[in-house]
Amino acid sequence: MTFTSPVLSYTLLSPMLILLGGALIGVLVEAFVSKAKRPIVQLTLALGVLTLALFQVWNIRGEQSLTPAMGSIIIDGPAVLLQGSILIISIIAILLIADTEHFTALPAALPGSEEERRAIAMGTQVTEVYPLTLFAVSGMLMFPVAGDLITLFVALEMLSLPLYLMAGLSRRRRLASQESALKYFLLGSFSSAFFLFGAAYLYGYSGSLDFAGIQASVIGGSGNDVLLLIGIAFLSIGLLFKVGAVPFHSWAPDVYQGAPTPVTAFMAAATKVAAFGAMLRIYYTVFANAQWSWSPVLTAIAVITMLLGSLVAVTQRDVKRMLAYSSIAHAGFLLTGVIALNKSGLDATIFYLFAYGITTVGAFAVVTLVRDSSGEVTDLNRWKGLGKRSPFAASTFAFFLLAFAGIPLTSGFIGKFSIFSAAYESGATGLVLVAIFSSALAAFFYIRVIVLMFFSDASEDGTGVEIPSILTRSAIVASAAITLILGVYPTPIIDFISDLATFIR
Amino acid sequence: MNWLTLLMFLPLVGAAVVSVLPKANEKAAKQAAFITTIAVLLVTIGMTLSFERENVELQFVEKYAWIPSFGINFAVGIDAIALVLILMSTVLAPIVVLAGWNEAHGGRWSVKTFYILILVLETMMIGVFAATDVFLFYVIFEAMLIPVYFLIGGYGTGERSAAAVKFLIYSLVGGLLMLASIIALYVMSGDQFGHTFDINELSQLQMSSTTQNLLFLGFFIAFAIKAPVWPFHTWLPDAAGSASPGTSVLLLGVLDKVGTFGMIRYCLTLFPEASKTFTPLILILAVISILYGAFLAIGQKDIKRLIAYTSISHFGFITLGIFAMTTQGHSGAVLYMFNHAFSTAALFLVAGWMISRRGSSTISDFGGLQRVTPVMAWTFFFAGLSSLALPGLSSFVGEFLVLVGTFTRYPVHAVIATFGIVLAALYILIPVQKALHGPTTPGNENLKDLNLREKVAIAPVVAIIVVLGFYPSPLLKIINPATTNIISQLGFTDPVPSIEDK
Repeated sequence: MTFTSPVLSYTLLSPMLILLGGALIGVLVEAFVSKAKRPIVQLTLALGVLTLALFQVWNIRGEQSLTPAMGSIIIDGPAVLLQGSILIISIIAILLIADTEHFTALPAALPGSEEERRAIAMGTQVTEVYPLTLFAVSGMLMFPVAGDLITLFVALEMLSLPLYLMAGLSRRRRLASQESALKYFLLGSFSSAFFLFGAAYLYGYSGSLDFAGIQASVIGGSGNDVLLLIGIAFLSIGLLFKVGAVPFHSWAPDVYQGAPTPVTAFMAAATKVAAFGAMLRIYYTVFANAQWSWSPVLTAIAVITMLLGSLVAVTQRDVKRMLAYSSIAHAGFLLTGVIALNKSGLDATIFYLFAYGITTVGAFAVVTLVRDSSGEVTDLNRWKGLGKRSPFAASTFAFFLLAFAGIPLTSGFIGKFSIFSAAYESGATGLVLVAIFSSALAAFFYIRVIVLMFFSDASEDGTGVEIPSILTRSAIVASAAITLILGVYPTPIIDFISDLATFIR
Repeated sequence: MNWLTLLMFLPLVGAAVVSVLPKANEKAAKQAAFITTIAVLLVTIGMTLSFERENVELQFVEKYAWIPSFGINFAVGIDAIALVLILMSTVLAPIVVLAGWNEAHGGRWSVKTFYILILVLETMMIGVFAATDVFLFYVIFEAMLIPVYFLIGGYGTGERSAAAVKFLIYSLVGGLLMLASIIALYVMSGDQFGHTFDINELSQLQMSSTTQNLLFLGFFIAFAIKAPVWPFHTWLPDAAGSASPGTSVLLLGVLDKVGTFGMIRYCLTLFPEASKTFTPLILILAVISILYGAFLAIGQKDIKRLIAYTSISHFGFITLGIFAMTTQGHSGAVLYMFNHAFSTAALFLVAGWMISRRGSSTISDFGGLQRVTPVMAWTFFFAGLSSLALPGLSSFVGEFLVLVGTFTRYPVHAVIATFGIVLAALYILIPVQKALHGPTTPGNENLKDLNLREKVAIAPVVAIIVVLGFYPSPLLKIINPATTNIISQLGFTDPVPSIEDK
């Protein structure tokens, strides 16, 4: 047997390679740089690496290749758009993560132990979170560009494992944070197992692990359809878990609530882009010809996801849980774009992902600001009268909520309009009506929060608003600006997306 | 000259100026807002003068690409109906600013914010009537809710936040129904001749009658909530009862007109067949609104809620006029929209002054005001007479035309609607009697009469009501060609009066 040396096209792979390299350097920084200097070195490194990767993504826009890594990676228009979105969202999220106040001083110490107290007294800052983030981002970059099931699975694990750890790093309420990490890990592993199971069936169906082979079998229709159906079903469960679609959503509220808020912001926004990116590629190319096998089920899932997300959000008393249910509802809206299975659906979903991701990071950034003496305050009742105490925090948060609700002149409206019209174009009229009905439901709880912030009198319980650090402030301002620009004049972005967004297969 | 963009741009400039003024200098904010609204009014008058009356096409058309890949343009242009409504809005704005000089002081936020919201709202009021691109219209239609929401919730009284939320939820639900219809129009236009939102092109769409009926309902319910028509009215009394008087004037005088304007501009133009199908039902709703609003107005104890219910009755007349499908009915409805704004403005502003002086909005707390504050009392009486459409005052002309226009085609509806006039006399004269006449209620002896600013603010309203009451023809001359055109495009000819049959 002869060994064929792999041919790699390094330019096309460079965003991912830069990220991985940066993450490894980050680990070395942990080992060799003095404690005092670590935070600033790590932050600079992370920002530098992410920016460089974004620059590389910009450089390879318009390139198309099925074989940058021997068929394991596919670089095309959607790949570039999704990677770009993930990187931009990550850059904004890193600005929040830089506020180490949110992270436990010594993750390895037991909650409440002597060790932990000493670490806090010494003012230790956790900096492992930077390389972890970079590893997660590199997994996310790989997820939507994977060209075979093995790469897809590796990417899935690569983005998930760091996130499981990061969810457990909260400084306050450490037990809840660790519980959420464990829950995320267990359910995540479970869904990974489903995913692998599905992958195995698809291999059994087509005798191939790469997307081209599976797609050829689907088009040829020669294989055993039962294997295909089981394969699609289990693979979909794995993916739907990641995006938090009902009935695979139960981890989301607990993890969103338990994880340190900057991590929640990063996870909620970037994971969604990555996972929906992978779904788009799989459903739009590999399974496109088996549309009637998955589309009805996915439609049902989209309907219950939208309705349940919006309905349950109404009853939430905690801002992070409310945002978690809202993100579930948004996963439902995004699924309508996947189901549309047409060019405008692809464009719309990519636009929606970017717009939603940015708004989400911005909203969680505001959540990090509202604190009392024992840390963040996420109980909505204690957000009363926030408008008076901090017009900046309250008005930006209100703006993000209006964007979630899809009020015109925000990016959310353009996103909803384009994704609903794509779904309508594909003939899914009923789905659009359900989507519009759930938008109305959802508007109710977004408005309720605005009422709390602006129209209720403040309770005297010491809930304060932190003066935002320059990094957090720039994260909020940047997200708000992008949300506004995408709502008022989205033309350049929409045109850019529609020019690029075509899968090469 | 780009009249319409200039008009939409000016208030935003004003808002920007107000926003950089120091927070403590409240007077400067008020003055800047007042000067801006006056400037906008002057530009509107200039535009009105260069409007070609006989030309039924859209005028002052401007079109800029906005989101070309969706076929969305920033397209504006006005016909006579839109012109009249823009004129109405821009006349009301400075009056509201001047009349409500001290209104913003009881608010949750600064006076400055109040005027920024008012000015931003003025831009949207102009834009919503001027838009000829359905997407642009929808964007403004929805975005308008936000400043109004904060105006009610931030500067209102009583249960203001609940009222603001109710207002917003109702409107959003209506808006989303309309969005569903708009998406359908958009997709169909893509199938038939390329994506567009241009109202003229969309009116050429071929669609089955079922589709047309469903899409019509999406638009109509949104507008019926906005207008409001019974049974979609329940948000209005709460909103108007809680909002500050100035906000109420803009809410009832201008924003609700977007509903009736939308029925003419969008329902009739885009779905002519469906409009005819639903006419019998809508006429019944209109008649119910007239009577229901009037009956409930009679029973109100709160003066602001009373005015809100009278408006429901008035919007019933407007809707009746629109769907009677005669030129007189249409002209009457448009004239009614214009005049209703001023009679409601007069009622609300004077009521607002009465309430702020007395510290109560319950009618029975007043009494004998005529003796203590004669100018205020007589102005209120006058506003009331205008609201009940006394001949010689402007609202009479509109109401008369609506009834005549309806009678030629739907005599039964017209006759029932006429009872609304009788009830109007009741709902106005009873509170007038309670509040103004009789012995002075204890506690009212020291109320102050209107000051100079208030007199200046109310004077143009009174003047408009009287002048247009005696001499409505300048306005009718502008309106008539447009309404004649709409009716003939719908394929209707006015029934010939047939008295000799009897």
